Amino acid sequence: MPKTYHSVRLEKERCRGCTTCLKRCPTEAIRVWDGRAHILDERCIDCGECINVCPYHAKVATTDALSSISRFPYRIALPAPTLYGQFRGVACIDDILTGLLHLGFDAVFEVARGADIVSKAIMDALRHKTLPKPLISAACPAIVRLIQVRFPDLIDHIVDIRQPMEVAALVAKREFCQANDVPEDQVGCFFITPCPAKVTAIRNPIGHELSALDGAISILEIYGMLSAKIRKPMPTEKLATSTLFGVGWAKGGGECAALHAENSLAVGGIEHVIRVLEEMENNKLSDLEYFEGQACIGGCVGGALTFENSYIAKNAIRKLMAPMPDLSPDVAVDTKYLRNYPLYNTLPILPSSIMRLDEDIGEAMRKLEQIETITKTLPGYDCGACGSPTCHALAEDMALGFAGEMDCIHKLKGRLQDMAQQMLEISHTPRTPRAK
Amino acid sequence: MSGIREVFPVEAGGFTTAGEASATIKQILKKLGVDAGVVRRVAVASYEVELNLIIHSLGGELLLHVDDHRVRITSQDRGPGIPDIDLAMREGYSTASEDARSLGFGAGMGLPNMKRNADQFAITSDPGVGTCIQMDFNI
Ligand SMILES: Nc1ncnc2c1ncn2[C@@H]1O[C@H](COP(=O)(O)OP(=O)(O)O)[C@@H](O)[C@H]1O
Ligand code: SF4
Ligand SMILES: [Mg+2]
Repeated sequence: MPKTYHSVRLEKERCRGCTTCLKRCPTEAIRVWDGRAHILDERCIDCGECINVCPYHAKVATTDALSSISRFPYRIALPAPTLYGQFRGVACIDDILTGLLHLGFDAVFEVARGADIVSKAIMDALRHKTLPKPLISAACPAIVRLIQVRFPDLIDHIVDIRQPMEVAALVAKREFCQANDVPEDQVGCFFITPCPAKVTAIRNPIGHELSALDGAISILEIYGMLSAKIRKPMPTEKLATSTLFGVGWAKGGGECAALHAENSLAVGGIEHVIRVLEEMENNKLSDLEYFEGQACIGGCVGGALTFENSYIAKNAIRKLMAPMPDLSPDVAVDTKYLRNYPLYNTLPILPSSIMRLDEDIGEAMRKLEQIETITKTLPGYDCGACGSPTCHALAEDMALGFAGEMDCIHKLKGRLQDMAQQMLEISHTPRTPRAK
Repeated sequence: MSGIREVFPVEAGGFTTAGEASATIKQILKKLGVDAGVVRRVAVASYEVELNLIIHSLGGELLLHVDDHRVRITSQDRGPGIPDIDLAMREGYSTASEDARSLGFGAGMGLPNMKRNADQFAITSDPGVGTCIQMDFNI
């Protein structure tokens, strides 16, 4: 099986095997073996939860270095709107966009504009198509992966339109090439990303073949340099063109607001999203039109690769949005964008089979029974010391052959006590008197 | 072959644990690799039947039985039973209390939805004794 690419990975030397991340992983994708964390590739959804919680900063995200943009003669920066909320006291988006040009980019194209186009496309779909209810946002790749892994029966609810960053890159590249008369392969599009999930989605797109992006640079990486540029007085160029709704996609609820969907629900934080998806599976939310679920608390402003506290960033974005005209993307975006670009998915979103115990249902049932039997023999403390997140997970690992009974330290202790007792008994056994 | 059997006790009025039995059932089916569409139908039906035990019955249990060609959910309770099953099966018919309604239950769609989602649906009830519902889903 080909190894799936993940942005999230472990810095081995920093990991102390403390099991903090083990407990927090929403797909039980982490094990601690031989004193170090391991990520089970097929289960990881790159949500960044482990990056946020690791006390030793051993979980990191692979992103592209700023220097990598020099691979291309022409470079376009595509900042996630989340970037706008990272700077205190910056009064206008143009300052930030101009700052990006000073980092070595030839052009900037706001992903917020991509969000405007996607908003319009979704509104169009909601109006004209019969769609499952509720429709689930595809904006957060961690949530789409979560659905593939844990809620495959909800896949057909997912929006089949590409993400704002992809749409932005398609438009940015074409417009830049036309305006400057250069071939497309000379132009590199770089997403300024709030999270590892987006990085992975660029490497392994979901729903379409190749990404239109050529790389992803984390907000954290450019934060220092960019804030220095912004603070230096400079003539600001007029670059911002998106609507306030496109900008609003950075915060939780921003997508619903952009869609002007009355009957919608926005949820941030992966555990909360999981609970809502459970309800959706039970058809308890079928009166809802739209569901925006994001892995991060507060939405992308809470992304693992951002600098600013998510609540402060959210407030900063709200302030930037306040003076902008109240223009709906539906009105602001020309319909030609919907016609002229490949906005819609060309590949199906496939369920992941990683949660199933075996290809063959009979064999899966046998394993399940074995797991239930083993679980009954385990103490049920869910302490994580064995390296599996719960006793039940250890039982599963044992049934699948990844772990053994003595990985449970409580079982081991019991066994040692028995052995000590036996040794004691042996030592007390009087010697057989020798025959005279 | 015997397959998987699990029993989930459900308490009357147990709102704090409402939905746990059906959530576990769902998880088991996913681990077994049961088709996503079937899982979805079982999820809907078993959630409804679990909530009916909590809201309308004096307590009972859900039984899950899976073999290689079907998923069977059986609900068995200790009363009070349903006096008129045809009436209870009607869309919108509900005897849910004000309390249950204020929690968002009592739309009277539970039984009709179970019937719609299951491939086979059977209900028997003895007033004073209890209600038994059996639902089969082909896999
Ligand atoms: N297990 C049960 N025990 C007794 N009565 C029940 C049971 N299940 C359903 N009922 C009766 O059938 C009616 C309809 O059930 P249902 O269609 O699930 O709607 P609802 O639960 O919203 O009332 C209930 O209001 C109740 O009177
Ligand atoms: S909520 Fe936004 S920042 Fe967080 S993982 Fe999803 S896309 Fe990335
Ligand atoms: Mg009901």
